[in-house]
Amino acid sequence: MERVELQNKINSFGVEVTFAESEVPTQFLTAEVSSENAHALISELKNNSDSSFDYMFCQTGIDFPEHIEVLYHLRNTQNNSEIVIKARIEDRENPAIDSVFDLYKTADFHEREIFDLFGVKFNNHPDLRRILLDDDWEGYPLRKDYVDEVNIVEL
Amino acid sequence: MSVKELHKATESQEYFVNMGPQHPSTHGVLRLLLTLDGETVTKVEPHLGYIHRSIEKMCEKDSYQQIVHLTDRMDYLSCHMNNEAVCLAVERGLEIEVSDRVKVIRTIMSELTRLSSHQLWWGVMGMDLGAITSFLYGFRDREMITDIFEETCGARLTMNYNIPGGVMFDIPANFQTKVKEFITHFRQKLPEYDQLMTNNIIFRNRTEGIGVLTKEDAISYGVTGPSGRASGWSNDIRKSHPYSAYDRVDFKEIVYTEGDSFARYKARIQEMWESMNIIEQLIDNIPEGNYQEKTRAVIKLPKMEIYQSVETARGELGVYINSDGKKNPYRVKFRSPGFSNLNALNTMAKGGKIADLVTIMSTIDLVIPDIDR
Repeated sequence: MERVELQNKINSFGVEVTFAESEVPTQFLTAEVSSENAHALISELKNNSDSSFDYMFCQTGIDFPEHIEVLYHLRNTQNNSEIVIKARIEDRENPAIDSVFDLYKTADFHEREIFDLFGVKFNNHPDLRRILLDDDWEGYPLRKDYVDEVNIVEL
Repeated sequence: MSVKELHKATESQEYFVNMGPQHPSTHGVLRLLLTLDGETVTKVEPHLGYIHRSIEKMCEKDSYQQIVHLTDRMDYLSCHMNNEAVCLAVERGLEIEVSDRVKVIRTIMSELTRLSSHQLWWGVMGMDLGAITSFLYGFRDREMITDIFEETCGARLTMNYNIPGGVMFDIPANFQTKVKEFITHFRQKLPEYDQLMTNNIIFRNRTEGIGVLTKEDAISYGVTGPSGRASGWSNDIRKSHPYSAYDRVDFKEIVYTEGDSFARYKARIQEMWESMNIIEQLIDNIPEGNYQEKTRAVIKLPKMEIYQSVETARGELGVYINSDGKKNPYRVKFRSPGFSNLNALNTMAKGGKIADLVTIMSTIDLVIPDIDR
């Protein structure tokens, strides 16, 4: 599906979306949503027969000074069209977003990893625990303001 | 003792068993918490992170050239493809077009890596099921490939052969002869694998119909690579998003529909044949050209996001780089195939026996550093 076509399709879903624009064309069509609308948009993208993005090939987080972003890379396994959803979480103190485990089972581990390393709480996740680090680990290492005087050597 | 008391005393009870972190069939430090009802597995809960080295955090401090060297410590059996993923991503960011020579060398080396990974998997899988001979067969043939690697780049396992802009050295003079020798040798030896294992009745009974993963679950869990293709999902990145020289070779994508352990086994055996086909198409006409493009000593990517995926021996490896224009990336994420494939283990193993769990783990071909990163 062409980008413009897909863009129009997404606009018709009735979810508030902005499309990232830059001078250099981005690799994927990138849709930015607020954390509240992310689940609704992804659910539409997966279940709508015109888009049917049935495979989430990557899910990750990024920490910015003012907010945290959760990225969803989605692919349609029939025609290989791809899209990136960026969900913006404003609250860096207690970040929370709805889990997409009900849509993609791979979110089980990926969301636990984001919880582990960024501290984002996923509502409705069946088993939200730390996955890579110890259960009693303090802090969220992939945050930019994370301080660890023992393990991180500043060069 | 009354009948009622006897019944109570023999009543089955759920119990927990720790498998690992030190267990031969986990191929590394992976701990599985099994919930058992007798010998039947009712739940598998993987506990990971025993060799988590926070590679993603380290990348944020490193230059792009340094990141490449961290990646072959993830999936050490697909080290060449891991390096290639980062190099392709950086080259995409810098808009460098590598020469045809580099593309062909990378493709040949990738396929050799895939072959050596599958050979090791085959040997180790046999051993998991109690056949020591296969281990020796697999390592005998793998030795020839590691010798080629050693002559080409000095290392046998973590090769570090790729750099942004090309490969580190040109191929040695006898590279083509050596590779052709190996292909001739292995074309004769691969049928032995079938004789020893594939057609063995005990092996067949232990794999056929065991650990079935449906296509829907494979897509939902993101089980890629031969494991996903055995469930009828054609997900080969080499076909859908061709990189390096994969667009100029003719090869079949191996897809089976059964989704059981035996289908995953067959998919890897067939992939070995296909890898040899790919190498044979390329080895005789490696184009002339530079083996390296000149890059600056300090690589700075423009402010951009790049996602590059490659097909490793285990599935789709994705490298996501978020650059803010500095000499080190703002955020790097490795979408490792093993991490997603392990996620589906519970679905595959539930309802089976403990012994089958070992088979299933062998057939999804886990490499723990790839999962933990």
